[in-house]
Amino acid sequence: MTDLAHARAEDHAVPVPLTTRKDWSSDQEVRWCPGCGDYSILAAVQMLMPELGVRRESTVFLSGIGCAARFPYYMNTYGLHSIHGRAPAIATGLAATRPDLDVWVVTGDGDALSIGGNHLIHALRRNINITILLFNNQIYGLTKGQYSPTSEVHKVTKSTPFGSLEQPFNPMSLALGAEATFVARTHDMDRKHMMEVFRRAHAHQGASFVEIYQNCNVFNDGAFEAITGKDHRADMLIPLVQGEPIRFGAEGQHGVVMRTDGTVEIVDTAAVGESALLVHDEHRDNPGLAFQLSHLAAGPTQPTPIGIFRDVDRPEYGTEMNRQVDQVIERRGAGDLRALLRSGSSWTVS
Amino acid sequence: MSDTSSDQHPSQLLDRVVIRFAGDSGDGMQLAGDRFTTSSAILGNDLATFPDFPAEIRAPAGTLAGVSAFQVHISDHNISTPGDAPNVLVAMNPAALRANLGTLPPGATIIVNVDAFEERNLAKAGYEVSPLGDGSLSAYTVYEVPMTSITTEVSKDAGVKPRDAERSKNFFALGLISWLYTRPVEATVSWVNERYADKPLVREANLRALKAGFHFGETAELFESAYEVRPAELPPGEYVNITGNTATAWGLIAASVRSGLPLFLGTYPITPASDILHELSKHKEFGVRTFQAEDEIAGIGAALGASFGGSLGVTTTSGPGVDLKAEMIGLAINLELPLLIVDVQRGGPSTGLPTKTEQADLLHAMYGRHGEAPLPIIAPKTPSHCFAATVEAVRLAVTYRTPVILLSDGYLANGTEPWRLPDVEDLPVIDPGFATSTNHVDSEGHEVFWPYLRDADTLARPWAPPGVAGLEHRIGGLEKEDGSGNVNYDGANHERMTRLRAAKIAGIARDIPPTELDDPDGAADLLVIGWGSTYAAIAAGVQRTRARGHKVAQAHLTHLNPFPADLGDVLARYRKVLVPEVNLGQLSRLLRAEYLVDAVSFTQVKGVPFRAAAMEAAILELINGPGADAAAGGPPGPLPPTELTDGLLPDHGKVSQR
Ligand code: SF4
Repeated sequence: MTDLAHARAEDHAVPVPLTTRKDWSSDQEVRWCPGCGDYSILAAVQMLMPELGVRRESTVFLSGIGCAARFPYYMNTYGLHSIHGRAPAIATGLAATRPDLDVWVVTGDGDALSIGGNHLIHALRRNINITILLFNNQIYGLTKGQYSPTSEVHKVTKSTPFGSLEQPFNPMSLALGAEATFVARTHDMDRKHMMEVFRRAHAHQGASFVEIYQNCNVFNDGAFEAITGKDHRADMLIPLVQGEPIRFGAEGQHGVVMRTDGTVEIVDTAAVGESALLVHDEHRDNPGLAFQLSHLAAGPTQPTPIGIFRDVDRPEYGTEMNRQVDQVIERRGAGDLRALLRSGSSWTVS
Repeated sequence: MSDTSSDQHPSQLLDRVVIRFAGDSGDGMQLAGDRFTTSSAILGNDLATFPDFPAEIRAPAGTLAGVSAFQVHISDHNISTPGDAPNVLVAMNPAALRANLGTLPPGATIIVNVDAFEERNLAKAGYEVSPLGDGSLSAYTVYEVPMTSITTEVSKDAGVKPRDAERSKNFFALGLISWLYTRPVEATVSWVNERYADKPLVREANLRALKAGFHFGETAELFESAYEVRPAELPPGEYVNITGNTATAWGLIAASVRSGLPLFLGTYPITPASDILHELSKHKEFGVRTFQAEDEIAGIGAALGASFGGSLGVTTTSGPGVDLKAEMIGLAINLELPLLIVDVQRGGPSTGLPTKTEQADLLHAMYGRHGEAPLPIIAPKTPSHCFAATVEAVRLAVTYRTPVILLSDGYLANGTEPWRLPDVEDLPVIDPGFATSTNHVDSEGHEVFWPYLRDADTLARPWAPPGVAGLEHRIGGLEKEDGSGNVNYDGANHERMTRLRAAKIAGIARDIPPTELDDPDGAADLLVIGWGSTYAAIAAGVQRTRARGHKVAQAHLTHLNPFPADLGDVLARYRKVLVPEVNLGQLSRLLRAEYLVDAVSFTQVKGVPFRAAAMEAAILELINGPGADAAAGGPPGPLPPTELTDGLLPDHGKVSQR
């Protein structure tokens, strides 16, 4: 631990003060478009913070560039609004040197998956102790409406008047492929679900990756309506609940089973019997089944799993980095500058 | 190996000698040169080294492209350059001979591994007939030594396979040169014992080869005598022989210790900067955290994140890596956080010459970002000076809350020189001065923290790492309102902030030493001014012209942005100003633009440092005008492309019988 971290740890002998949502809101006017899904995500985070028992001064929100990236300005915590795609890299240096801090990274589909793709996958693989909230609206909002790396193929936008030609990323599959230890999805229409997923993501030691389906009502309105609309949710969202059979529909009439080749499919619960349904296990070491679940829907127009796909333990980078330092100091004693300068062969001229 | 210190042969005294070990990249010439240097350092010689190796890890064996060389200059007096021209060339194969012949002055000694001069190797080096037999080397004293065969022979009964034994021939060469220059080999023997402790066969083969080389010199009666270079009269103190990269790494650790800031290095491996990462990663006992990132951008990004958190954030890079970091440097300028960017310059553009030195990033460091984005620039002048320059760069970064670029280069990085160790207590104390409390009362009477409320003196903003209650604040790359730091798009505010950022950096001129000027009697007409690693060559060139009776002044800049406050006055004192640089004229442009001085640019970009002789010629040309007679103290006319001039100082290279 750094000196700063030590000092802070001592300060923290004082109990965490009770706070309300207001304490976590900054004095800055929120400037997203009226009706933007970002508002409800901000509200969910601000309402969750008092429940987490954490300190404002030990909380940092970091972001890159995009509509979502304005997020830190609205939190009354420490914050850094950085440059496009680089927030996971900056967060890596911060989280590794300051294990006493809660570091949140707020990003979007362009920021995280296009310009910052490299930093994202490496932060996940290294298991940096950060909580990544990816606001996925499947469009470039801040630059006024170009297609994004999560836009559906053939999407007509300002930059693709004849339709886009690209296969979109599936953020869940990508994170699982990058060896992420915590992978979850939620959506901006369900505050309770968001708060629960964020709470779990925050509690996870290591990199937590949360995709939030977020409606951009200006440039991509209704992108998730088919699954998150109040009337469709029951039949189109598949809640992943730890230890429970995976089923959905108002009566639980649909379910998910694993085929003999390891892939998964949606079935009629009554037809196969409840005991045939796949039981969800976030803690499965092998990410294979989580990956199958991430591919259950080809996009947010088909029944889509939400919740926690994966939550496993793996050593966290910063802890390991600091452990190495502590171990060397224990073995060699704290560094002595005078001795360092003489560590090669030195000679004396008199 | 006490029988290797023999006094039976007569030995002659030399005041200095330049030796160049050259062979295939796989021949271990860097190691041989390095060991020779260490024993010379222990003997008390002043010295300077210049490792010169190809970018390919192993270019095709025996080819010119694969030649790796190590030049060392040892002396009984104060020297600064690795020497213009070798007095002795050790050539392990025909390619090594051919690649280095152009640098040899007539009369130089060549020691060849004659075993390697067979048809295939000769052909690979482009020789139709062996240069050993066709009289082409008649200007030199050539010794043909069967290094490979003796090396394999001596290890025959040690159980070493001949193919493995052969690999020890660099130790044979080292032993032979050690004898020739009366260097004790004990230090190398213990080094071999330690280094190859778990490889007994390799250890044995190396020791036998070393000993065989030493004995060969003594008994082969090939050499008339051995030579001796007495210890130099260096100022009293404790010395180590150090490379620029090690000095930079130690400077970072020292700055961390003296500031109390934990050191965090975020970096991506790149030649020739990687050794700083390697060195720092060994020293975790100082709380050093090294992070090998996924790319150059993440390296500097993580370093900036660490700085935000209250660490000393550092990134190291070179060449194309510098380009990639530009965006993050701009962010750091806007965030006004301490950050150090170490640029170990190499030949460019693009991949360029990864292992060769150049000074061509100065204008990039000055201007290589969009927007008005000034930052301090510091350049070390010798390998050991990298230590002090690094500490100074950190001092400025922390004091002024700004990214700083340190411009080292490939020559400094790998070159070595003896360094008199400083007293740790004499190193500057660097005060991070973290913000501890609110600093403003808002319109409603609340105590608040304004992250951009500046220190009246330094114009630096408060540094408030997360963790302190009441100082929570948000910063970012968007323009900020003066004082409060809130996002602000107002034109007048942007103008004020732009000028404040510029004034902060310009104001550093008040906090740095005056121009380092050497003008012994103040009567010089000509000033030679340089920056960075050209120091040694400029100093040698200036000394030579002074030895010819000319009055020449030398100034050398460590601070390149801002310049020392008195630089304009200094420049105005001289009628002629010469600016030698290993680029196409970058400092000269800055000086002309800043001070309206008619600076004459003298440049070269060959991937190697200037030679003292070339420097001397350029100075003389400016004094006497082109075409003046060399014999009358004028310039020697246009230099031959290879600068064959030995260019020794008048009193150098003397031989006296003991
Ligand atoms: S452009 Fe879209 S995502 Fe951006 S603020 Fe407006 S509605 Fe929200």
